[in-house]
Amino acid sequence: MEIAKVIDYLKSYDGRQLKLMEVCGTHTAAIFKNGIRDLISPKIRLISGPGCPVCVTPTAFIDKCVEYAKAPGCELLTFGDMMKVPGSQGSLSENKAAGESGAKANITIMYSPLEAIEKAKQNPDITYVVAAVGFETTAPTYALLIREAERQGVRNIRLVTALKTAIPALRWICENQNDIDGFICPGHVSVITGVHVYDELAAGFGKPFVVSGFEAEHILAAIYRIVRQIEAGEGRVENMYPNAVREDGNPKALQAIEDVFAPGPAVWRGLGRINGSGLYLKEEHSVYDGGSRGLDEDMQLPDGCRCGDVITGRINPDQCPMFAGGSCTPMDPFGPCMVSSEGSCGIWYRNKH
Amino acid sequence: MCVAIPGRVTEVDGTTAKVDFNGNSVNVNVGLVDPKVGQYVLVHAGCAIEVMEKEQAQEIIDLFADLEAMA
Amino acid sequence: MKITMAHGSGGKSSAQLMKDIFGKHFSNEVLNKMEDAAVLNLPAGEGNGGFARIACSTDSFVVTPLIFKGGDIGKLCVCGTVNDLLMMGAVPKYLTCGFIMEEGLDTELLDQIVGSMAAQAKEAGVIICAGDTKVVEGNGGLYINTTGIGLIPEGRDVSSANCREGDVIICSGNLGDHHACILSHRMEIENDIKSDCAALNDIVDGLFAAGINVRTMRDVTRGGLGTVINEIAESSSCKIELDEEAIPVSPQVKGFSDILGLDPLYMGNEGKMIAVVPAEQAEAALAAMRATEHGKDAALIGRVLDGEGAFIKTHLGATRRFDVLYGEGLPRIC
Repeated sequence: MEIAKVIDYLKSYDGRQLKLMEVCGTHTAAIFKNGIRDLISPKIRLISGPGCPVCVTPTAFIDKCVEYAKAPGCELLTFGDMMKVPGSQGSLSENKAAGESGAKANITIMYSPLEAIEKAKQNPDITYVVAAVGFETTAPTYALLIREAERQGVRNIRLVTALKTAIPALRWICENQNDIDGFICPGHVSVITGVHVYDELAAGFGKPFVVSGFEAEHILAAIYRIVRQIEAGEGRVENMYPNAVREDGNPKALQAIEDVFAPGPAVWRGLGRINGSGLYLKEEHSVYDGGSRGLDEDMQLPDGCRCGDVITGRINPDQCPMFAGGSCTPMDPFGPCMVSSEGSCGIWYRNKH
Repeated sequence: MCVAIPGRVTEVDGTTAKVDFNGNSVNVNVGLVDPKVGQYVLVHAGCAIEVMEKEQAQEIIDLFADLEAMA
Repeated sequence: MKITMAHGSGGKSSAQLMKDIFGKHFSNEVLNKMEDAAVLNLPAGEGNGGFARIACSTDSFVVTPLIFKGGDIGKLCVCGTVNDLLMMGAVPKYLTCGFIMEEGLDTELLDQIVGSMAAQAKEAGVIICAGDTKVVEGNGGLYINTTGIGLIPEGRDVSSANCREGDVIICSGNLGDHHACILSHRMEIENDIKSDCAALNDIVDGLFAAGINVRTMRDVTRGGLGTVINEIAESSSCKIELDEEAIPVSPQVKGFSDILGLDPLYMGNEGKMIAVVPAEQAEAALAAMRATEHGKDAALIGRVLDGEGAFIKTHLGATRRFDVLYGEGLPRIC
């Protein structure tokens, strides 16, 4: 089948109005970058789920990171996209600049958490604090970091974790938002978890769950399969990314997560607390824990903020009064969907302005 | 949810490998996979999370062939 | 609010700062045009040697490392300001320089950098006619400001506001090389990517020598092509549409940007420009650029249409709008 035929099919779709959710923020970005919405019928509406671990991170986590970054003898390692997430005393980016109190925030942007090992070995007097955010995709890398630190006897590393698991969040959405007709499942989470994690959801809610890669062609193929399933009255799990996603995922990675982390409750900005959706260092690795539990306190989102409704696709970004009134912008964001360059409000904003 | 891209393994040394992305060489941890030189691995945050069976261009061709078969 | 690194990105935050603070206090009819260089009228009369106006621009350079593949801060600080003058159609003539040196700076390194500056100035045809040095506490760092003066020959009228429906956009070569070169060093990614740092006299001379009616020229520096195209669309009150597949990016830089999740559309360059020319001169302009050393990879990347905003046509035929750069262009995971 040619890509042009798939596009034709999706463009001329004239059945009932459909609402499909792409769970993953990287999918949201790819859909935007490739202009996918422009290639499909307006009767197939794509909505963005909460699939960005960075932007659902609560304020208390950011505050903890700022505290470490300013503590004598500490250096904070973080992914670049954490820099502008607001904390109660400003974002990491703002605090990196705030030197007047005398405490200079020591922040280094990392490409990989594993960089902490070499740094820690070279500078034993500095404690390297890793701002450990991510979903199932990234959790095994942090697990390797801990294993490696233990193996080499490196002690001057701490993790402040805000690790989340996408599957419990997906279940929460299915339970709380029943007008979604199908899900484009996160490809790189699925690399780790495998495809069977969606079986129970597909069976229980009778909806298509299709695993997709991140090229425009992958995404169009996944949307096509979801639409075809719906037309045939089906609700099955399909793997349209078999080149990377195995049925059972990556067993070594799953084992690494299980060895090092234990599930616990986690707060998702905009959604609230979801039991079992967080990962925390197990007791036997607690020497590496920089105090990750209980970082639940989140900023009081302004009264008008409708993040939760945007994330679950109940409203479009421009129906949120904060967005419409211009008080929530990519330069001065409040909610998760505006903080992330992959959040639906951020994307919507850049499209309209 | 996460950026991960395929690269070709050029050297393996224990749990570390050199992976090439169009002429950019990066040291990657391969503790979660077991790749051979010449294979493509999917790399996320400095860590290979899976061995890819095919090169990406071929994969897309095959994907659409499968789509035909399903239709 | 506090200044963050995003304010130096050349994107949305820089523009906001410009508007909210500098624009507010400095507002005048020359500055408000917000071109790469200010254009000042010479007194009318004889004796101006065929030149009608002066172009003036200033720029500060804060790159680390000071020496990188393809150049150094000395070469960069000449090229950057010279290019800003060239983009107004000016012939660059004079440069001043201000050095802010941190204590601990190695004098041999300084000697190398100043030597490189002198060589580049000679190549670009400018005289360094004034300078200043200051020393501050620190760790051996170096920051350089340069200000340039150029003369605009009679008959040239190049401005960001001159684009018209039917014009085409030509990009002088591969995007993202400088950004990738500098970040590779910081992120410890091994490759052969060199900074594209260069003065673009050859391209600009080539275009005018070929008799091209150049409407707009911009060097594509901080903020990248995406930011520049948006600024032009706004200044000229037109719509610009780019072809995704026509935008030149080397395979190495494409691979590099994929690793870090960056978009070459927003990556910085130090030796690339775009020219907007009438459609009927597209082939001639392209040929003139490709005949030069710095324009050999030139490509026609888009067109000017009636309307407003900046759009890109993707490889699958979709059209999407794109905006200026937001934030810092940092490595991201999601």
